[in-house]
Amino acid sequence: MTTQQPPAAVEPRPAPPPARRDRRSWTGWGFLGPFVAVFALVFLAPIAYSIYLSLFRDQLIGGTTFVGLDNYTQALEDDRFWASLGRVSLFLVVQVPIMLGIALLIALALDSGRLYGRDFFRIAIFLPYAVPAVVATLMWGFMYGTRYGLVGDINEAFGVTLPDPLSPDLVLASIGNIVTWEFVGYNMLIFYSALRVIPHSLYEAAEIDGAGQIRVITAIKLPAIRGALVIATIFSIIGSFQLFNEPNILRQLARNAITTDFTPNFYTYSLSFNGQQQNYSATVAIIMGLITMVIAYIVQLRGMSKGA
Amino acid sequence: MRRTTGRLLRGIALFSALALGATACGGSDDEGSDQKPVSAADLKAALDKGGTVTVWAWEPTLKTVAADFQKKYPKVKIDLVGERSGDKHYTALSNAIEAEKGVPDVAQVEYFALGQYALTKGLTDLAPFGADKLKDKYTAGPWNAVTQGSDAVYGLPMDSGPMAMFYNKKIFDKYKVAVPTTWDEYVDAARKLHTADPKVFIAADAGDAGLTTSLLWQAGSRPYQVDGTTVKIDFSDAAAKKFTDNRQKLIDEKLVAPITGWTDDWYKGLGDGTIATLPSGAWMPANFVTGVPNASGDWRAAPLPAWTKGDKASAENGGSSLTVPTLGKNKELAYAFVEYANSGDGVQSRIKEGAFPATTADVQSTEFKNKEFEYFGGQKANEIFAESAANVADDWSYLPFQQYANSIFNDTVGKAYVSGTKLADGLKAWQDASVKYGNEQGFTVEK
Repeated sequence: MTTQQPPAAVEPRPAPPPARRDRRSWTGWGFLGPFVAVFALVFLAPIAYSIYLSLFRDQLIGGTTFVGLDNYTQALEDDRFWASLGRVSLFLVVQVPIMLGIALLIALALDSGRLYGRDFFRIAIFLPYAVPAVVATLMWGFMYGTRYGLVGDINEAFGVTLPDPLSPDLVLASIGNIVTWEFVGYNMLIFYSALRVIPHSLYEAAEIDGAGQIRVITAIKLPAIRGALVIATIFSIIGSFQLFNEPNILRQLARNAITTDFTPNFYTYSLSFNGQQQNYSATVAIIMGLITMVIAYIVQLRGMSKGA
Repeated sequence: MRRTTGRLLRGIALFSALALGATACGGSDDEGSDQKPVSAADLKAALDKGGTVTVWAWEPTLKTVAADFQKKYPKVKIDLVGERSGDKHYTALSNAIEAEKGVPDVAQVEYFALGQYALTKGLTDLAPFGADKLKDKYTAGPWNAVTQGSDAVYGLPMDSGPMAMFYNKKIFDKYKVAVPTTWDEYVDAARKLHTADPKVFIAADAGDAGLTTSLLWQAGSRPYQVDGTTVKIDFSDAAAKKFTDNRQKLIDEKLVAPITGWTDDWYKGLGDGTIATLPSGAWMPANFVTGVPNASGDWRAAPLPAWTKGDKASAENGGSSLTVPTLGKNKELAYAFVEYANSGDGVQSRIKEGAFPATTADVQSTEFKNKEFEYFGGQKANEIFAESAANVADDWSYLPFQQYANSIFNDTVGKAYVSGTKLADGLKAWQDASVKYGNEQGFTVEK
């Protein structure tokens, strides 16, 4: 904004503007007002209220007291919180690269123009995204069942014993599988649309220079869609940290494997709704929000700087 | 430009402060603690005036009660919201109370969870309505539960759950296995049945807080000692070891089916012979009739297996009361319904449908004891339940925050069902987590 202005004078500060000019500015508020009101009410107020909540403690015995930052110290020393964060971090490190890798491969394959039935594949792969997460999880939950589900049927039909996908060791991977299934199509679409806007003249130039397909991908396509890759990564990071639906629904089938502190979001939910610890729950939510913001910001910074 | 930004920020701050104020105003002061006495005439007037009573309850026999009540008092509408049971029921109830919105007029609350709601003043004291005069009508255990050892009455007992073992006679007969009378025999029977048919399990048990505490109760363990706000939690007595040793065998040898109670799989398992026994409360028959209609005639009731041969000690499992939440509307009507269902004419219609009442006169009547259960092949099951009721030790207490403790049962004890963790260690972890929560909530918790 400032770049458009002529270079500032050396001493602009001491000159006080005429007081009368203030009156005119109210016209602007007429336009801005509705937005600011809604923004404050639905965006800022809940955050402010959470912060307000996080400064108190409500006990069954003793009622509500102001505790300052005690809830924050407690959260930072809370093993259950860190364990849940560890779980989603592991999920993030393993599941997100797999999901984005598959999405990228499919997008490149679709974009290569060598695929028959391209439109069909594109819609078929995107379709799971249109299935609500709750329905998708229920569906997969039925398949994972060792008693009446698909796994159980396979065990019975072939006389084998497949490992139980809902056992404590495998349940995180099983959730990863569901999330991958759900979101590959969505990410593929982001990549694919980014690939479509690359000017064809670049490909022609590359062909004239004698570049093969692999070389075109590494030298033209990937650098060109770097922005889309970064965006998809950030979405996936946020999605991983906010993991809630899948464990919440699968818990009906695997109460012993999915604990009430399985993911940070699930932990805040349990704290609030089972333990009636709304204040502490708000604290954990705020800390988790900050962590997510910081990590997403770092990824964005690193991703974009290399591109520029 | 800078000044505009500053003003904008100030504007946003002002707006958020206003919005915050609006949100924060939701909290209000305590209310309803000074309930005025309500006479019979007041109740009559309220019934004549009419209105709607929202009832959150899963007890199946209440459907008929609600219909009869509406017939008797045509101006009153009973809105029975059911289906939701267990954790979800209490989550919804606590949320409604916390949000001070959508609180039902009447709520079913199990005895184990009453303490928490009474403590947080979520329930109306029904004594001013005349409930305190009903004391002699009810059996001692349930009455102690609804009064929580005080002069207040937080609900009227709906049923009680002296335990019995329901067993699938067809399966036991088919494999010629004797019905177990001790928990050791129970393990033997489990082995025999499972060997005879690998699809048959002695019971479904995927880790259930209610069953675990009830069996500890029967074994003579007293893990919870509550004295006002001083609480003691200890799962390490000898009786608890009897329980864990026995159950550990069932888990280790995979003799119990990992099916969670009250799920579709569970009902299916009860119906198709996968689950051979079900240790449960005497309120179970009505649920058998509605939930597993296809197995009518297969099941019977038997006394709960004993920990030592000949010992008759029993315990309660479940059992609930109807309460009137403090924030509910139409309290007179709500009480009138509760009174009708649990003390008045409703009791008889509920008994007819298989409920086990908490009213002394009904439990002791010969008519009640001689009632033949069509579902159990004409068995006079109430004799067994009444015998069990007479042998329930009454010095058991639940935690004042049992509802929360039960919600983390599967986080801790549940590990024993799916991994190498021992049940005893699981109980220890449960104890630690409960102690931690108790301390956080301002109780004085001793181990």
